[in-house]
Amino acid sequence: MTRNDGDPAFGVYIHWPFCLSKCPYCDFNSHVRHVAIDQERYLRAFVREIETTAARTPGREVTSIFLGGGTPSLMQPSTVGGILDAIGKHWSIAADVEVSMEANPTSVEATRFRGYRAAGVNRVSLGVQALDDLSLKALGRLHTAQEAMEAVAIARSIFDRYSFDLIYARPHQTPAMWQAELQLAIAQAAEHLSLYQLTIEADTPFFGLHAAGKLQTPDEATARALYDVTQEVCAAQGLPSYEISNHARPGAECRHNLLYWRGQEYAGIGPGAHGRLDINGIRHAVATEKRPEAWLMRVEACGHGVVVDDRLNSEERADEFLLMGLRLAEGIDPTRYQALSGRALDPLRIAMLREEGAIMVDPNGRLRVTQSGFPLLDAVVADLAA
Amino acid sequence: MTTVPISNIRNFSIVAHIDHGKSTLADRLIQTTGGLQAREMKEQVLDSMDIERERGITIKAQTVRLNYHAKDGRDYIFNLMDTPGHVDFAYEVSRSLAACEGSLLVVDASQGVEAQTLANVYHALDAGHEIVPVLNKVDLPAAEPEQVRQQIEDVIGIDASDAVMISAKTGLGIDLVLEAIVHRLPPPQGDHDAPLKALLVDSWYDVYLGVVVLVRVVDGVMKKGQRIRMMGTNAAYDLERVGFFTPKMTQVDELGPGEIGFITAGIKEVADTRVGDTITDDRKPITDMLPGFKPAVPVVFCGLFPVDADDFETLRAAMGKLRLNDASFSFEMETSAALGFGFRCGFLGLLHLEIIQERLSREFDLNLIATAPSVIYKMHLTDGTELEIHNPIDMPDVVKIAEIQEPWIEATILTPDEYLGSVLKLCQDRRGNQKELTYVGSRAMVKYDLPLNEVVFDFYDRLKSVSKGYASFDYHLTDYKPADLVKMQILVNAEPVDALSMLVHRTRAEGRGRAMVEKMKELIPPHMFVIPIQAAIGGKIIARETVRALRKDVTAKCYGGDITRKRKLLEKQKEGKKKMRQFGKVDIPQEAFIAALKVDS
Repeated sequence: MTRNDGDPAFGVYIHWPFCLSKCPYCDFNSHVRHVAIDQERYLRAFVREIETTAARTPGREVTSIFLGGGTPSLMQPSTVGGILDAIGKHWSIAADVEVSMEANPTSVEATRFRGYRAAGVNRVSLGVQALDDLSLKALGRLHTAQEAMEAVAIARSIFDRYSFDLIYARPHQTPAMWQAELQLAIAQAAEHLSLYQLTIEADTPFFGLHAAGKLQTPDEATARALYDVTQEVCAAQGLPSYEISNHARPGAECRHNLLYWRGQEYAGIGPGAHGRLDINGIRHAVATEKRPEAWLMRVEACGHGVVVDDRLNSEERADEFLLMGLRLAEGIDPTRYQALSGRALDPLRIAMLREEGAIMVDPNGRLRVTQSGFPLLDAVVADLAA
Repeated sequence: MTTVPISNIRNFSIVAHIDHGKSTLADRLIQTTGGLQAREMKEQVLDSMDIERERGITIKAQTVRLNYHAKDGRDYIFNLMDTPGHVDFAYEVSRSLAACEGSLLVVDASQGVEAQTLANVYHALDAGHEIVPVLNKVDLPAAEPEQVRQQIEDVIGIDASDAVMISAKTGLGIDLVLEAIVHRLPPPQGDHDAPLKALLVDSWYDVYLGVVVLVRVVDGVMKKGQRIRMMGTNAAYDLERVGFFTPKMTQVDELGPGEIGFITAGIKEVADTRVGDTITDDRKPITDMLPGFKPAVPVVFCGLFPVDADDFETLRAAMGKLRLNDASFSFEMETSAALGFGFRCGFLGLLHLEIIQERLSREFDLNLIATAPSVIYKMHLTDGTELEIHNPIDMPDVVKIAEIQEPWIEATILTPDEYLGSVLKLCQDRRGNQKELTYVGSRAMVKYDLPLNEVVFDFYDRLKSVSKGYASFDYHLTDYKPADLVKMQILVNAEPVDALSMLVHRTRAEGRGRAMVEKMKELIPPHMFVIPIQAAIGGKIIARETVRALRKDVTAKCYGGDITRKRKLLEKQKEGKKKMRQFGKVDIPQEAFIAALKVDS
């Protein structure tokens, strides 16, 4: 099912920027509005931007679509349908296209799952985040664990493929607690789990609390132990990590996210969406206006909301390739790095990192980070890129 | 222009501590006598280099000629000599002073006499100067002119009863200073018809003119076209330009006895001119040189390495350019396993070192790592030979050494009473021997014998910090004494880092070693493995620290939108790595080298 990293791929990311409330750990581009969102007007803008973007990237065959946010499950199924139709109209769509959508695991949203499926969504990713109500409350979530598990059950009955997210390394969480929670989660998961370590991001309420000492996150050693538990438990249950924080039964990886990590091409549609487009052989880093209303007005006025359109030079291109590619268990093809950057990775650095047991080189030449190297990935990447 | 008789010439310098108002007074004198129009006045015109202006330190001697119409109705020519104001340049100071007959001693009426003032006023007295005390900033509320006047008499031992009270800032009393110069300073003596005898006061490189030489004519005249001979270097030149500064360069036909001015003579390098040399007429040479000529000898050494190895050639070129203008600074190529290619450099003192380093980074945009400053050690070997070394790398095998000698200084420190305890402790910690402790009002004056190698190592910074900046310090070299010195090495991940080796007194090795490894531990970032950092003498480990291994360093969530942000982070990391030295398997940031070499124990 999963394509190889060398196969052509083209993804479309759709960003729905609204949430019912902001979670205190989240630094994504999400907004809470106390008036009704005019979904028809937004749909027209999405369609417009798809049209304009497709004109820049004609002839692509879309292999994956991802509806993220914000909370895209606040969209009416008709809005989702309209967006998917527009993508099909302006690009061609691969027969085995993966159409993923993020959803909150609440009973209200679960009532729309069937409609999403009818619109063309074939995979959902549920933001479960934790399996106990106290933690959910602390994370600012609006659902209970019970409600989330019911939403998972509904998703299971409607979609062939589904996944859910958990956040670990939460305040006061011990490896034993996490192990038990994880076992419980795996029992409910079919083929895919995203397990993120809680990260304190700047400009979030958690950041202020953490800085003031009112939010204690596990120290480096505990964080490492939690990570190790995650790897062991998941691997033992047949859900090995194929990326730092993503676990799947072999073949059930999220194709859209793989495309990011493999450095392939994708368009970003909607407020604050990022894209990587290859135009005349040059990779462009594209980003749109973040504020929903401003984005809307831009699109209505000129057909797109693009505010950043940078041509990446070979070093930037190669850095992104390395940075993303080494997150994957499959690693990277060093010859592709060399082709992008114009220079080979430093053999001395490679030798040193191999000696440390942080990386390995496959018989087929692929460079991969080892299980002991992954917890130190950022340092490994910095070493190799230097 | 130079129509006044020699009896109407006054040559003088201004002796003062930094910040006591020397440059402001000079500006005021220039302005009052009309040397520059107001719009041409830059603050402190005499200090032309940025660093000089920022630090208030003069590195090169400079002069300005002022025309003064005195109250007695006569016209006078004043030559104001601005001398280098720091102990590192004591020899240069003595030559500048030798070109004058008198000095204005400027003392801040609220601060009083400082160590540096003392040193310089003694230089002026040694040069036989008549001294006119000037109390500056008398208009400030904190001014205590009576106490300071008394202090000048007590400490320096000169009559200060008719000290001139001024405020250089407001211009108050400037007229009195001008009259005091006329009436209280002696005119120069000299024979117009005798063969040429002139003092080479200083020289500098000018891009358009070549080397410009500052001279004081003692006997005879200097004129355009004349063939002159430098007696010290025995080189002859044809004079191209003769003139003086107003402070603008002004050419004249000749300079006569008692006059101070400049010459140019197609001289290529400042190294061809020696401060203190005697200049004579090539056709009618004199035989007796002026007394006091000494070649410049560096006393402090350190290695300078470019942070970016690609900057090596730029560094070489930059040093060459600086040396064009500063013959007292020496450099030769050096290779270090830790730092790559660089230069071993010699300086007149610590300030000189700092100035050169700062100019290299500021004027040539170079990022440098400096190794521990060192002095010249004398090694008596068991086979009877004697060796002078200033680089720990050159130290012979200990079994071959019969005795090591190190240079000592006599330091004079003035400090407010409340910091005396800390100052004494600092000097004791640095192996000092107290020679004298006296009081001047509420200020203590201590004299210490100190080993120079303890002083080149952050002594001045420590003194400043223990006295909250109030203590002042001056020193001069005295002699060499036997010393129990050992070579201490720092090992990172079991490999010695040559750039951090130093010669240190045995009693100080452990404390210094511990402080250095602690600092290194703070500044070497965690790697994927544990890194031991050790200080060792020979095979013996005297201090040890460990940089713990990284346990977790990974971005949890990284998707499409995050890439740009993560790439920018990676670019920053790469930039940071460029500033590190890869040493074996360990990346050592340059700050770690700098900090390790600065720590106190």
